Amino acid sequence: MQEETGCVAVLEKASVRLGGRLIQESMTFTVEEGEFLAVLGPNGAGKTTLLRLLLGLIEPSSGSVSVFGAPPRRGNSRIGYVPQFRDVDAGISIRARDIVRLGLDGHRWGPGLPSRKREAAIDEVLEEVGALDLAEASLGELSGGERQRVLVAQALLTNPRLLLLDEPLASLDLAREAEIVGLVARLRRTRKTAVLLVTHDVNPMLSEIDGVLFMANGRCAKGPIAEVVTSAALSGLYGSPVEVVEALGKLFVVGAPI
Amino acid sequence: MLDLLRYPFMRNALITGSIVAVLAGAIGYFIVARSLTFAAHAIPNIGFAGAAGAVLTGILPVYGFFAFALAAAVGIGLVGKRARERDIVVAVLMTFALGLGFLFLSLYAGYAQRVYGILFGSILGISVGNVVVTGVAAAVAMGLLLAIYRPLLFCTVDPQAAAARGLPVATISALFLSVAALAISLSAQVMGALLVFTLMVGPAATANRLTRRPGRAILTAALLGLAYVWLGIGAAAISGRLPVSFMVSAIAFAVYLPVRIWARPRRRPGSASMSPRGAGAPDAPAEEEGCSAS
Repeated sequence: MQEETGCVAVLEKASVRLGGRLIQESMTFTVEEGEFLAVLGPNGAGKTTLLRLLLGLIEPSSGSVSVFGAPPRRGNSRIGYVPQFRDVDAGISIRARDIVRLGLDGHRWGPGLPSRKREAAIDEVLEEVGALDLAEASLGELSGGERQRVLVAQALLTNPRLLLLDEPLASLDLAREAEIVGLVARLRRTRKTAVLLVTHDVNPMLSEIDGVLFMANGRCAKGPIAEVVTSAALSGLYGSPVEVVEALGKLFVVGAPI
Repeated sequence: MLDLLRYPFMRNALITGSIVAVLAGAIGYFIVARSLTFAAHAIPNIGFAGAAGAVLTGILPVYGFFAFALAAAVGIGLVGKRARERDIVVAVLMTFALGLGFLFLSLYAGYAQRVYGILFGSILGISVGNVVVTGVAAAVAMGLLLAIYRPLLFCTVDPQAAAARGLPVATISALFLSVAALAISLSAQVMGALLVFTLMVGPAATANRLTRRPGRAILTAALLGLAYVWLGIGAAAISGRLPVSFMVSAIAFAVYLPVRIWARPRRRPGSASMSPRGAGAPDAPAEEEGCSAS
């Protein structure tokens, strides 16, 4: 495997099995430095599994995966991770800034001492994601979009070179979708961070992404939209006739679930 | 009231009550936050069977209580994450344990008052030796809780991100439940197996509505618990008839109800119609200031 300096992640014939079921077979692609990819595909195609693979939470059943030139390992501070929206108990007393702080020292033992430097760092990332005014709000008071901003801020505290965002647009309305996409696009420009954004709809980010990683039917295809999101390419991936329709400047996949 | 402090049993009651109130408040924050309230109800009921067994075999009930409570806590930790599945398993275990407890009781020919004390608390019958055991055990529990504080908070709020950061989420969960089992066992001496839930959940649930900060919520819960126990013991002593555990549960209820109804709207005022990115969003409420103490 070539150790190019520009590579954030390299997968070579990596297969993943979960509970005996083949999720993905022989994934081979690279993620370049600063690359913004939309990860598409139907439920169960292995989108979250891919993120977990890069995070070192699961191992490939065969093939190889390397992240920043080394095997994936848990606790890699060069990766920022925002898991899929969870049903956390909104009744818990915790402020946005407390949640962000967990990204900095949530893995350390003990209660931790007050620190001005830490609070300043928290303010800085909250400002960066445009959520400084939410710092003192509690978790239960945040809307879906606000919560995503706060969680992105949490993921930014370790200055990651790779951001993994699992369905950050789920359950957001169109305006909020555009905001989060705008935020991610801005972050990857200013920080030169590579981004893998899992989504069911590529349209909100058509003008921002460098390409897509389309996962379906145990296989995946990576490349520019013009090459991957086409009738021919997707029909091959799904193994059944699929039509990509362009209308109103948007792409629609007909004949298969995304 | 102060005259009452001359009696050793009153002093023992107040010291033990204070220790468990503070501990229960701190643990309670995480019990509420982790949606473990049903487990917190089941653990003492299972502990009751252990205590009844201990009485039968002549051991100090609190040891039997703790052994069963710990086994229950570890079991609940192992059953897993899905709340619904967990609740079903817990319910089956709990009813079996209650049956077992009843079996032990029916085999026990001795003085029924001891068993009654396990169920409803026997704070006025606490010995000096018991106070020492409670103090040491509570210090251990508090120390463990402080040690895992940040990882526990991380695992509570965001288990997936915590796992990605390298935290052993399942181990931390089991460790917390064990600490909770210890706290519940100690508190049950005061409140009894049936009413200990009040002290574990009441103050924390109220505190959750009064502050936004984890550190403050824990402190508030501990102080509320302390107030409930002192008022409860005081009222019980003065009346001479009302049981302490009844008084504490009544106070906890009486405080929670109005707080639940009036305190803290779920949304920041005026932000319901807030459009993108906090356009003129009202900032944090006045209650919060300065840098974090938690």
